Amino acid sequence: MGAQPRSGVSPQGPSAGIHFRREPPEDPPVGALDITLYRDDLTTIAAQPVIQGTDIPCSIDGRRVLLVDDVLFTGRTVRAALDELVDFGRPARIELAVLVDRGHRELPIRADYVGQEVATTRPQIVQVQLREEDGRDRVLLVDREPPAVPLPPLPGGAARQRTKRALARKKPSTRKAGRRR
Amino acid sequence: MSYPHRHLLGIEPLEPEQINTILDTAEGLREVLDRPIKKVPTLRGKTVVNLFYEASTRTRASFEVAEKVLSADTLSVSTSTSSVQKGETLLDTARNLEAMNPDMIVIRHASSGAPHFLARHCRSAIVNAGDGFHEHPTQALLDALTLRQKKGQIEGLEVAIIGDLMHSRVARSNVWLLTKLGARVRLCAPPTLVPRGIEQLAPVTHRIEEAVDGADAIMMLRIQTERMSGGYFPSLREYHQRFGLTLERVKRARKDVLIMHPGPMNRGVEIASEVADGPWSVILDQVTNGVAVRMAVLYLLLGGSEAAA
Repeated sequence: MGAQPRSGVSPQGPSAGIHFRREPPEDPPVGALDITLYRDDLTTIAAQPVIQGTDIPCSIDGRRVLLVDDVLFTGRTVRAALDELVDFGRPARIELAVLVDRGHRELPIRADYVGQEVATTRPQIVQVQLREEDGRDRVLLVDREPPAVPLPPLPGGAARQRTKRALARKKPSTRKAGRRR
Repeated sequence: MSYPHRHLLGIEPLEPEQINTILDTAEGLREVLDRPIKKVPTLRGKTVVNLFYEASTRTRASFEVAEKVLSADTLSVSTSTSSVQKGETLLDTARNLEAMNPDMIVIRHASSGAPHFLARHCRSAIVNAGDGFHEHPTQALLDALTLRQKKGQIEGLEVAIIGDLMHSRVARSNVWLLTKLGARVRLCAPPTLVPRGIEQLAPVTHRIEEAVDGADAIMMLRIQTERMSGGYFPSLREYHQRFGLTLERVKRARKDVLIMHPGPMNRGVEIASEVADGPWSVILDQVTNGVAVRMAVLYLLLGGSEAAA
């Protein structure tokens, strides 16, 4: 359990998430939110997104919940995740950790823990690749047309240590991973 | 993964991939029913009319629950208490309801093709909740979801469908769906209750022992006494003796056989009570899955944009 890096999303989910270490004696339960049913653009997008289902393994009442996503962009995903989360209970507090903050917020939302801030233009795509799925950890900034430009290496330390500290701060907590966008 | 149609009128015109899209979506949505707050805002502001020209408990309740869980506004019109009693035609009723701007009409009707007729004349998305002897697509979908959950996959399964094939829209939709997804279907009914031409879809036998032999799943059909002007078989008791699913007959099927029934059951006619309540029975799982499948249909038909639909 100790040194094993874990992905923050359910295994079948899209490749979003931050690597965590579960540090004994803490071993907070991990769940995954599928925010599709809470999207604010469902009736305007062309094809309906695939529903993967939400999995929250324990009660979140009175607990500290860490919401995790790979990329923070408009903030609409986080808004949907917050709405969904409160339908499951009343956490003592909810915090947000993201691997990349790319700006362009459309809602008054900010992350408590940020791995890296990346300046982007709106049409660009930020692609997060994870060791488990893509062979290596890196963040790509993709223009609408390829080729992709690799960013400087992930501050493997930064994101991980900061999140680790966050997790270690208080006792039992639940971590949530929001699917991106 | 897509569902490109505007309506759900039947299983026959669907591609296997579209059927799987509905089943996968239902699988993802089922979890919502176990939440402390069984409601998601997905279809807020959408209005669904449930227009039932025939009696129904399960299908209608199931659609209503599905609509409410997804936050759609619902309007249920049952013909026994509506102007249909005063002689209003189906088209006039539908047009008047449409004037209230619903997004979807769920219709059950005693005439085959009624939903298709509405689809040609209405703006709303139309969902067939059973039309005459023709199709009952959401029932076949919930049966398939139940089979998939319990058996892992539908391809290669031996499925026996037994009972009143003549009057059963459930049988027709299920034969289409199961054969499209690669199951092997056997049909069984008294000769008087076999519709012409059905042997082209699946082999037909008149001996129930033959039909259940080695089956992975047995779907029993209700004897539809309300549609029988008589004369199809001598008596309900004799039907039970020849075609009823008894404990003894279940033992000829595979040990892990699933017993299914679309409801409402005639206990002691097509199915013996100890079979309906026995360990193989998944009849109540079918009901729960019915809500999930109907949520999936609502989501897929109403979730996308007008332009895409």
